[in-house]
Amino acid sequence: MYSEKVMDHFRNPRNVGELSQADGIGEVGNARCGDIMKLWIKVENGVISDLRFKTFGCGAAIATSSMITEIAKGKTLDEAENITDNLIAEALDGLPPLKMHCSNLAADALKAAIADYRLKQSSAS
Amino acid sequence: MTQIYMDHAATTPLRPEVLETMLPYFSEEFGNASSVYGWGRRARQALDRSRDTVAEILGAQAEEIVFTGSGSEAINLALKGAAKAQQKKGRHIVTTAIEHHAAYDSVFWLKKNGYEVTVLPVDSEGRINPEAVRSALRPDTILVSVMHANNEVGTIQPISAIGALVQEHGALFHTDAVQTAGILKLNVDELNVDLLSLAAHKFYGPKGVGALYVRKGVRLEPLVHGGFQERGRRAGTENIAGIVGLASALDLAAAERELESRRLARLRDRLFAGLQEIPFTRINGSRVHRLPNNVSVCFEFIEGESLLLNLDLRGIAASSGSACTSGSLEPSHVLLALGLSHEIAHGSLRLTLGRETTESDVDYVLGEIPEIVHRLREMSPLYQA
Repeated sequence: MYSEKVMDHFRNPRNVGELSQADGIGEVGNARCGDIMKLWIKVENGVISDLRFKTFGCGAAIATSSMITEIAKGKTLDEAENITDNLIAEALDGLPPLKMHCSNLAADALKAAIADYRLKQSSAS
Repeated sequence: MTQIYMDHAATTPLRPEVLETMLPYFSEEFGNASSVYGWGRRARQALDRSRDTVAEILGAQAEEIVFTGSGSEAINLALKGAAKAQQKKGRHIVTTAIEHHAAYDSVFWLKKNGYEVTVLPVDSEGRINPEAVRSALRPDTILVSVMHANNEVGTIQPISAIGALVQEHGALFHTDAVQTAGILKLNVDELNVDLLSLAAHKFYGPKGVGALYVRKGVRLEPLVHGGFQERGRRAGTENIAGIVGLASALDLAAAERELESRRLARLRDRLFAGLQEIPFTRINGSRVHRLPNNVSVCFEFIEGESLLLNLDLRGIAASSGSACTSGSLEPSHVLLALGLSHEIAHGSLRLTLGRETTESDVDYVLGEIPEIVHRLREMSPLYQA
């Protein structure tokens, strides 16, 4: 039911872990629904230079988490904020219909991490 | 690659010797059991023989056995059929919070159609207290349905005790024996049941055939109307090959049941012992009143579907009650009824053993699971090592 791409990211998820010196952290989802994603980002000159994630969730949740770290790396904050759930799903050669909400999780986590970064910036300045 | 099937509660492989008994009825003995000529008579004889076999194993009379197209159909017929036939007597039905969807959804369909339903809670091991059934009975209670053993957590219910008090009250008692047929002794008089459902594919018979025991004198409104097959209780040309398969599979299972149950229970306990060494692991269900082939646990901080995918990558077929495996956003209603939190219920794993399961299979699985659980926990934001 999952594409080869999904299974590849599920088997070998990219960028798993935490960033100790993160500039922004986003956490979305809830354990009640069975998926939580936490994302750490490093920002240099307005560009996302590094990301790490931890995800509690199904195969699709783990694969979309992994995929978004690859897509977002090297993007400006504005570009990264515009990464949609559909784009992530397409990059994974599609997701089963029931799993489309998992790609929202990844896009939302990235938005939350960027918002956290911006908040920290504005309170620092 | 190693391939280990540990999902026998979902379905079982057809036994080759059962297939042998079925084969003639697909081809040369293709007759319609309602026909008067030779082909029809031979089909009828096979049907009668099969009915006798099933009846004898259940301690019933042949005319009390109705063959159906599945276990779900048997359960639907038992509940909807009995409730409809009894509606002048009353419209109250009692069931439990851990029934299979075939029973649960049938009862809720009845509720939408003017019946009243009481759903009894279970304790943390998934057991129903017979006294709770007694206090739920009302003068207008017509039907009580309690599953014999639960498909997810393997808990066996005190069916005989519940049946005695339901029958004394004058209501009908149905048990869903889909998980226990072929594994536990099923005697309808000892169990005090009026209706009992089973499905062939759970005990190494074919898919697409089930049976319902209907105590003599219990009237059922049929679900399928048409010909007078199954004494007017289930129309449709009989699936002779399937019915022959059901009977021969049940017969073999009954003969081997005691020895095989002991063997499975040893393997089950070996699995439990190994899994319990993994930290933050919870056993679901009862350790005492438990099917010999059922292992159900929850691993905290991880989600069931990703666990199943990892097991599949290592050749192990298992199941989970997580939301992501059920096609909904809710984890299993059974695990929630046992009082588990949503978080923990999402991390459930069910391993169900069968005839072909060996000790080395168990050891292989025990070798793989800790590593998978560890890997997923390392990836989980809920887990602090």
